[in-house]
Amino acid sequence: MQASISLQRDARQQYLLRIGDTCLILAQRLGEWTGHAPVLEEDIALANMALDLLGQARAVLTLAGAPQGLDEDQIAFLREERDYFNPTLVELPNGEGRPGDFALTVLRNAFVSTQLKLLWQRLLDSSDEELAAIAAKAVKEARYHQQHAADWVLRLGDGTQESNRRMQAALDKLWPYVAELFAQDEVDEAAAESGLGPRWAELRQEWLSEIGPLLQAATLAQPADRPFLSTGRRGVHSEHMGYILAEMQHLQRAFPGGAW
Amino acid sequence: MSTEAKNEWPLWEVFVRSRAGLDHKHCGSLHAADAQMAIQMARDVYTRRQEGSSVWVVRSDHITASDPGDKGMFFDPMEDKVYRHPTFYKLPDSVDHM
Repeated sequence: MQASISLQRDARQQYLLRIGDTCLILAQRLGEWTGHAPVLEEDIALANMALDLLGQARAVLTLAGAPQGLDEDQIAFLREERDYFNPTLVELPNGEGRPGDFALTVLRNAFVSTQLKLLWQRLLDSSDEELAAIAAKAVKEARYHQQHAADWVLRLGDGTQESNRRMQAALDKLWPYVAELFAQDEVDEAAAESGLGPRWAELRQEWLSEIGPLLQAATLAQPADRPFLSTGRRGVHSEHMGYILAEMQHLQRAFPGGAW
Repeated sequence: MSTEAKNEWPLWEVFVRSRAGLDHKHCGSLHAADAQMAIQMARDVYTRRQEGSSVWVVRSDHITASDPGDKGMFFDPMEDKVYRHPTFYKLPDSVDHM
């Protein structure tokens, strides 16, 4: 079996991996819908978005691994769980069983795509030219993902009694994990100082000003904030992360360097 | 529409324009709850390989089509009217691209 790689764990690399892993892990979750979405058109839409995110992940992971001489595949598939830095929100299952809950999936897409859109917009001005170039391409994709997800949140929230009930249940479930998207720490601080990218905390007001009205229009009740803070961005994940990684990594681990 | 079967989204015809200046071409159909959803789905289903720069959707039941049974009456009479093609005229050399 292929051994794990170890990271140098400097602030720049960790900042980049937070972005890349957010895209990577959400792509994996969205990929689980392939062949199972409620309608064919939506099946294709979710797969398209998963592939957009995977493309973004590839670019950012390549950038993150370059100083250590690691390529995108090594970075994506050969890290230990603690070396993944996505917020816990994106690793949560799509819902009970497989493929899961469509309401939860599109609501999470709305949360994450809004966050990524705001982040990519700010990264257009990154001091790292390569990251700025990735952002220029990714921001268009994120805008569409946001529109697509927001459209569904509105339809289902402000839909039938049953669709509203399920969307509200998804909101109650996901909301506690939102706080982490804006948690402040030394990694973000270093990125802000070097001009690499914004503190994610700086995106909070704008995020709320886009998500708040959406929830309201969708007749959903925004849950109260609680002190709970998930810790995926620091590498400490939920119990679900190991299963995703097992599924993602088993091929590269069993057939090192395998390509097709 | 009260006559529609429940749980069945209406059918939409999708027209995609590949480049500015060209016509929108019919490329298929899909089911969607309303026009906005149809546009979004058309984008995801029919333009994912760079096929499009513009998309139209039209509800299929808003299209009135000729009756296949009328084919003989409608179209066959044109078979022997070759003189309707402008191929019997000699164009002067100075006229290009006709």
